Amino acid sequence: MEIGPIWRAMLRNKTSYLLIALQIAFTMAIMVNAIAIIQERSRMMARPSGVDEDNIFYLSSVGFAPDFNPRAAIEQDLDALRSFPGVANAIVTNSVPLQGGGWSQGLRREPGEDIESTDVALYFVDEHGVDTFGVNLTAGRNFTPAEVMWFDPEGGGPHWPDKIILTQAMAEALFPESPHDVVGKTVYIENDLPITVIGIMERMQAPWKSWTQLENVMLVPMKRLQTGVRYVIRTEPGYRDEIMPQVEKMLAESNRGRIVRSMMTMTDTRQRSYLADAAMIKLLVFVVSILTAITGLGIVGLASFSVARRSKQIGTRRALGATRAAILRYFMLENFMVSGVGVISGALIAVAMNIWMVQALDLTPIAWYVIPLAMLILWLVGQLAVLGPARRATLVSPAVATRAI
Amino acid sequence: MFRYYARLGLLSIRRNPVLSALMVAAIATGIGACMTIVNIDYVMSGNPIPHRSKLLYHVQLDSWDPYEAAEEPNEPPDQVTYIDGTALLAAGKARRQVLSYRSGRVMQPEGEGQLPFQVASRSTSADFFPMFDTPFLYGSGWDKSADDGTTYVVVLSRAISEQLFGDEDPVGRHVVMNGDSYRVTGVLDTWQPTPKFYDVSNDSFGEVEDVYIPFSVSIAEEMSSQGNTSCWKPMAEIGWQTFISSECVWMQLWVELHGEAEREEYMAFLDAYVETQKAAGRYPRAVNNRLYDVMQWMENREVVEDDVQVLLGLAVLFLLVCLLNTIGLLLAKIMRRSGDIGLRRALGASRSAIFGQYIVEAGLIGIAGGIAGIGMTMLGLQGIKLLYGEIEFVERLVRLDWVMVSTAIVLAVLSALAAALYPTWRACGIHPASQLKSL
Repeated sequence: MEIGPIWRAMLRNKTSYLLIALQIAFTMAIMVNAIAIIQERSRMMARPSGVDEDNIFYLSSVGFAPDFNPRAAIEQDLDALRSFPGVANAIVTNSVPLQGGGWSQGLRREPGEDIESTDVALYFVDEHGVDTFGVNLTAGRNFTPAEVMWFDPEGGGPHWPDKIILTQAMAEALFPESPHDVVGKTVYIENDLPITVIGIMERMQAPWKSWTQLENVMLVPMKRLQTGVRYVIRTEPGYRDEIMPQVEKMLAESNRGRIVRSMMTMTDTRQRSYLADAAMIKLLVFVVSILTAITGLGIVGLASFSVARRSKQIGTRRALGATRAAILRYFMLENFMVSGVGVISGALIAVAMNIWMVQALDLTPIAWYVIPLAMLILWLVGQLAVLGPARRATLVSPAVATRAI
Repeated sequence: MFRYYARLGLLSIRRNPVLSALMVAAIATGIGACMTIVNIDYVMSGNPIPHRSKLLYHVQLDSWDPYEAAEEPNEPPDQVTYIDGTALLAAGKARRQVLSYRSGRVMQPEGEGQLPFQVASRSTSADFFPMFDTPFLYGSGWDKSADDGTTYVVVLSRAISEQLFGDEDPVGRHVVMNGDSYRVTGVLDTWQPTPKFYDVSNDSFGEVEDVYIPFSVSIAEEMSSQGNTSCWKPMAEIGWQTFISSECVWMQLWVELHGEAEREEYMAFLDAYVETQKAAGRYPRAVNNRLYDVMQWMENREVVEDDVQVLLGLAVLFLLVCLLNTIGLLLAKIMRRSGDIGLRRALGASRSAIFGQYIVEAGLIGIAGGIAGIGMTMLGLQGIKLLYGEIEFVERLVRLDWVMVSTAIVLAVLSALAAALYPTWRACGIHPASQLKSL
């Protein structure tokens, strides 16, 4: 093999090769870490919210008139919404998954303020909540109309109902030893108020996409008497875009003492919620492509110079009997070795960078296969880049050798 | 001599137009990528109120749960309770103090055919305007006596004033919100501190509010906060009075203090205040109060996004790769002319003459790359605007100011020199004899 002579020849002109190797190394470090971030963001964006995103939209109603009656307005609106053609179901609630604003509370297995609590995001619903959100009940049952309470922040009476529905994730967080036998168990809210779990839903996300306990959610059978409320509406499949403006108009006209605003679909909410992540992915793909292209073009340029500078040498080798294939192989092998040094040091830099990013910015560590993958890509880019100049080298005529030594 | 070298340089560049273009493009892309992110980081970590940022302090009191810190490891909550906020405001121990929270109102225009609409309101105290040095288009803020809870006054943003009153001066006129009539005392001129330092708990880069109302009026009207509200202690009763006398934190308190001595004095006052509250049965945790000035507070809240920091690191590496690329190409190009250089040296050219010739050639490439780099920065910022366009504050992050333009120029010159120096230095080291043999 020619590895020995090639290596020694490269050592005579270290700097140029070192520059290429460094360039490949840093390109690889950037590529690996960019891929790690892209993978993490894609995984985050792919998490299902658990609700029927395609057919849900929501809006806010804010009463401002001095004689505005929250209870009458909510009752009238829900009746009107549920009987509206094309609407499958509707509820009054506080938030929706991915929306960004919501309510969280701690639940305890035992009463007492010094007992550790588990945070849970809550959605206020009535007996139509499960159907409107489109979540799957996997155990237990839904609320009955009698279990849904009206709550007046200004009035007296109990703060909390005595029944709730939890997600499977929340059931597991509270009862890790028996996560499939939670229906009927009692948990405590506000230190010592007992509540019975009557149902388990497969999955539903909290309103905050970056929350660490994203699927710790509970449904609370309560309608809150406030002037500003949010209605969540699920339409029959395919009717959403058509009936949204109609519903907005109907609500605005049915009660002049309030304004209807912030109407949005779940699809738009998801898109807006992950906008920065989607943009980051595009940005990183762009940066890595440009960088790889620059590195590749740099290799083409350097190899062209090298071929031009060594044309006499190539001619001499050809005159002494080297085949065209041998010349081609020489340049390809040379590049293969330089790239090798580059990708191996690149792997080290990439891992060091990743360790720093994991510590400083809470990223998940890179998957092992990303490193060999990036090595392979950069090796291929190098070989492709050098192919053109190397083929030009094979065209050098042996006669060049005879012209000047 | 310079003109001669410049001509030689241009000639040499023209001999390899593709490669020269590649070198210029590499430097330009590197600088463009780097400066785009540096600019965004610069705006995000910028000082929103440079002339007063050392005089304004954000107050934190640790009124939190005995069993759990508000934030790990042992940070006090980022906002204050109504009880503490109003008590410290009334004590008036600092030069100025501002207590505020974000809420919403429904504006009911009087004109025919104008529909009611939602406005974002900041419920605050009289010192808000002088303390944060807000620019006024008309009128002024309200007098301190209006903080008594019965005076319905309002300061409008310029946009809302124009929407309601056109170009007229509305001072002294009235607007109706949620059925109540408020007298306009002033209109703010365009004002957008970036980040919105006085309330980073709620959207650090968001728009400033549409209307400003005495917080005492908002409390009397029971206007709840539209910002973050955090509670740890269950409330025995329900209702507004219970809420405002609860341990929930939902208001921001800022004070103005001049110099270290005043800061220490105020800190001592806060500690003494907490002791009196402990005596009254509140504050179950150890005394743990904080006073941060504006920039310390921005750092504590980490208003610069992690994404920007990641991109900043990647962008610097990107520039490094682009420079390595250009150095390699320039080196190869100059070394290829070793023969010429050896000949010139043999004929009597000094090393400095060789240096002069090649630094001009390499410098030309570097400077072209730098200038193109500033263009690329503008393109890059437009690209960011396109990608993140739906986030409102991005508009404010993609503006280049003169500091950033000069940084771009300095970075361009430095990069150009860095790229040009090494190859030129190598050219100077070529021995006349070694090259003459091969001619």
